[in-house]
Amino acid sequence: MELLLLREMRCVNLEKKWVFKKLFASREISLLLVLVILCMFFQYRNSSFLSVQTIIDMLKNYSTTMVLSLGMMCVLLIGGIDISIGSTVAFSGMCSALLMRDGILSSTFLSFAVSILIGLTCGFIIGLVITKGKVLPIITTLGFMNIIRGITYLVSNSQWVSAYQIPESFKKFAQESYLTYGQINNMIAITAVCYIIFFIIMKWTRLGRKIYAIGSNPEAALISGIKINRVRLFVYSLMGALCGLAGALWVSVYASAQGDMATGIEMDVIASCVLGGVSLSGGRGSVVGVFLGGLTMAIISKALPLIGISAYWQSMIKGAVIILAIIMNVVTQRVIAKNHQKLREA
Amino acid sequence: MSDYILELKGITKIFPGVKALDDVHFQLTKGEIHALMGENGAGKSTFIKVITGVHKAEQGDMYLDGEKVHFKSPKDAVKAGIAAIYQHVTAYPHLTVAENIFMGHEEVKHGIIQWKKMNEKANALLKELNADFDASVEMESLSVAQQQMVEIAKALSMAAKIIIMDEPTAALTKSESEELYRITEKLRDEGASIIFISHRFEDMYRLASRVTVLRDGKYIGSYQVDKMANAELIRAMVGREISDLFPKSDVKIGGDVLQVKNLSREGYFKDVSFHVKAGEIIGITGLVGAGRTEVAETIFGIHKYDSGEILLEGKKVHIRNPKDAMRLGIGLLPEDRQRQGLILEWGIGMNITISEIDRYAKYRFLDEKKERSAAKELAERLNIKALTIFDKVNSLSGGNQQKVVVAKLLASELKIIILDEPTKGVDVGAKAAIYEIMGDLAGQGYAIIMISSEMPEILGMSDRIIVMCEGHLTGELSRNEASQEKILKLAMVKGN
Amino acid sequence: MTTKTVRIIDATKKKSLKQFLLRWESFLILIFILVNIMNSIISTNYLSVSGLFLATSSFVEKAFIALPMAYVLILGEIDISVGSTVALSAVILSISYNAGIPMGICIIICLLIGALCGFINGFILTKFTELAPMIVTLGTMILYRGIAEAILESNASGGLNSVSWFSKLYWGTIGPVPYMLIIFIIMAIIFGVVLHKTTFGRRLYAIGSNRIMAAYAGIHVQGTRLFVYTLTGTFSAVTAIFLAARMGSSRSNIALGYEMEAISMVVLGGISSAGGKGNFPGTVIAIFIVGFLRYGLGLINVHSQVMSVVIGALLIIAVMLPNIKPQKVLH
Repeated sequence: MELLLLREMRCVNLEKKWVFKKLFASREISLLLVLVILCMFFQYRNSSFLSVQTIIDMLKNYSTTMVLSLGMMCVLLIGGIDISIGSTVAFSGMCSALLMRDGILSSTFLSFAVSILIGLTCGFIIGLVITKGKVLPIITTLGFMNIIRGITYLVSNSQWVSAYQIPESFKKFAQESYLTYGQINNMIAITAVCYIIFFIIMKWTRLGRKIYAIGSNPEAALISGIKINRVRLFVYSLMGALCGLAGALWVSVYASAQGDMATGIEMDVIASCVLGGVSLSGGRGSVVGVFLGGLTMAIISKALPLIGISAYWQSMIKGAVIILAIIMNVVTQRVIAKNHQKLREA
Repeated sequence: MSDYILELKGITKIFPGVKALDDVHFQLTKGEIHALMGENGAGKSTFIKVITGVHKAEQGDMYLDGEKVHFKSPKDAVKAGIAAIYQHVTAYPHLTVAENIFMGHEEVKHGIIQWKKMNEKANALLKELNADFDASVEMESLSVAQQQMVEIAKALSMAAKIIIMDEPTAALTKSESEELYRITEKLRDEGASIIFISHRFEDMYRLASRVTVLRDGKYIGSYQVDKMANAELIRAMVGREISDLFPKSDVKIGGDVLQVKNLSREGYFKDVSFHVKAGEIIGITGLVGAGRTEVAETIFGIHKYDSGEILLEGKKVHIRNPKDAMRLGIGLLPEDRQRQGLILEWGIGMNITISEIDRYAKYRFLDEKKERSAAKELAERLNIKALTIFDKVNSLSGGNQQKVVVAKLLASELKIIILDEPTKGVDVGAKAAIYEIMGDLAGQGYAIIMISSEMPEILGMSDRIIVMCEGHLTGELSRNEASQEKILKLAMVKGN
Repeated sequence: MTTKTVRIIDATKKKSLKQFLLRWESFLILIFILVNIMNSIISTNYLSVSGLFLATSSFVEKAFIALPMAYVLILGEIDISVGSTVALSAVILSISYNAGIPMGICIIICLLIGALCGFINGFILTKFTELAPMIVTLGTMILYRGIAEAILESNASGGLNSVSWFSKLYWGTIGPVPYMLIIFIIMAIIFGVVLHKTTFGRRLYAIGSNRIMAAYAGIHVQGTRLFVYTLTGTFSAVTAIFLAARMGSSRSNIALGYEMEAISMVVLGGISSAGGKGNFPGTVIAIFIVGFLRYGLGLINVHSQVMSVVIGALLIIAVMLPNIKPQKVLH
């Protein structure tokens, strides 16, 4: 039996680590690469793809989903999930629209505020059921998805709020750019602001780190004294508030409110997060990743018709992309883990 | 002002079905390094968790610097200046070292985290500890020893007055242990008072001035280290002389049952070869991370091996999964009985019969009467402390839970039984029972492999002892020639 | 040496009425009775034998998915792609028939497609065990429906009523009892018996309770999972057959929301989505509760969306109640 030499020179590990880190650890960089390749491909097939107008249109239309993805990111980071967001978006948007239709609200700002508040309340209740009622997030949000959607139909009497019933100023909101003094479209501006705010919170505040901690290792978080339930309640309420914001945006963009609006949006949102590298089990994910993931989804949705692919093929391609993306996630995870192990033995 | 910086009186802690701590007393002098020793299951970890506010004692008081304190949560303990470094790393794998160190008390200015400052501070702490990694790497890329250093850095960052270490050297090589001794003494010199739990006598002799012994949740006594002899300490910990504990009767040794030749699994172990005969008890030991469990799990079919052979009674076998292994007569008592060996919500009976459930069925339809009587018979054979076979397993003590897992094994027709840390977390009474069972099984002709980190049972039960270190088999000793020193030497061969 | 005292351990199963009454199923039966009482009050022509049997037709077709979904939840997993699998299978059924293939073969093709959809789910999940079922079935949910949309676009593929025995699958009855109900009850009994009385069922519970322990105990965990997902896909195709028989045609947007309904039925029935717990009878009772509730409310023209509120609320309250127990003070 040969006796092997002892472990030495751990400094070597340090250098090796940096190289590997650059190559594999940055999901964001690989996403960016994919995005760039996609854009080049689409541009090649249809030269009007990368025009300013196309891009602005795309961002405008996808802004609601992108805003919601931020909230979903936080929910996923703490290891939860929320499939009721479509209903909350509809409910808060509808309430706002109804109030505008009946003349109670005329200020755009107030309409937004009301919508956000209603969404926040919904999210808060959901958070209560999950933390105090101890019901699993998937079940809770499954139930509320139905409840809130039903209430949406109830309050609106299954009727639409049509364009002529909504104040001009509100409808104009989605088209104008007065928030940034005429520079950027309002929708895009709001989305950008949300992303910046979340980026700051997640990376630069204690709250953000706590969210990561809870998802990364709930037991350790408990032992360090982090108030897990409080953070969870906050995250679900925040998700609700963002749903409220998205609801108001939706009504503005489509200049109407229907009972079935935003149905199915939760799947797009979750897909954006997953593409962006957010782990469903918690603890892993970043704002930049979610941004790139959402952008990728938006590009796929927008670009496919431009290169002549029938709209009816969209879902199929989306589904395939998601599946490939998550498998790629796993494969790269395995490679990273193997590298880490090799380093540990070196 | 009290002489003691920390004092606990009359601490009693009860979990469902078991009294983990029974009227325990403890005193920590300012500036001392105090060892807390005892067997597995003696209550050391539970006691530490009472001090750090994770558990609340049913009875008893705690005094910090003479003043009575009552911790409602771990955060209270942290605020009071008590830091703990646990045995199972409580780290956030996806976050960086700096984040882990400062989690909960990050450097903030107007609510904004000052990353640069934090990283600098973290690096400074790491430098003090002679760490060879940077504060910006992710926790999960570090080895266990390195992660432990981060935990120590964490304690340092909180300017803790009392530092508690739970089995700090368990996963370390000799040189890493030396490093840890140096750091611990440095901490003491800088004014901290330290409690550490350890199995290793050398840790105690090297660092501690006093030692407190717990046994079966009870306080046995506190002693001056330099005035205590090994044997005396062992007696305090175990309650009886070692030789009494191990009913080793002479058993007729048969032919080779299992032969492992040059078994290798990349990243885990290399070139492992040994053999076991019928009626033999082989003890496999080594430090944590030596690869013992991985070898066992590979033989049992949980993992695939890259090269080498396994022969059963002379014939080469290919084991693809645990079911294959069991059909060939190999059984495994897993290391983590709660996670790998039991379904805690189930009753005793269902746990016992699950591996061989087909045996109690006709054309796949369960014959519940047959199943119940088989479970009853096995449970009685092992003298499991329960009233009915429907008693939930999570209501049993550690020892009884282990007996359930053994019963589950015995439901299969086996030739060779691998036991991975069979008496971990088991009280002394049940330990003796398990040793007796092992002895009986050997007498019945089973070949037995026992993986253990506990020196007494390795020395007491094994006919032959195999030592592993960092994935390699470093030595084999017969019962007669074995000694604690020889084993330790072989277990630490790599890190000189 | 201590003398060994032989301990006698009891192995007789005790039956007690109190235990029976405290169970979840009893609670569900109570709700079921309440629902029926409520229905008969609000609608005078509710309690007619033929009417009630007809009522079952409205929900039994969906209920076929709930049967294997119960297995999925007991495993501690989830499958939200079933609605899309129904749509895809139904679409393929229709276009096969319209391409001239005999209906009998079309049905077999439909079942195979469903099985394939389920198999793909299972394959991905068992080869990449790190992946969460939620996310994989999310992807396939979008993919399968997407394929259906790509095939049929916004058209319907019809003409299935021309095969009279096919229509009879949904519409046909023996006396007042629909064929579909009979098939469903037989299936439900088989699923229930397998779950509670066979070794396979025992293994399902083991995997759902502690997957790691199950592996160490020699259970083929991945093989079982693969089988359950394939089974789920197959039964989605069964629903597709009945749905197509009812409508006489298929579109790509049918069966929307079926996955959520199936999951709601199973969870209401007492099967925890965390795995390892729950009884089959509960699921069946829950199916009938939800079904009759919808039917009864529908008789007085309650909007289906309002029904969603009721069912959603019922689900949450039912799951939450056991958790809001007064906390035992352990300190």
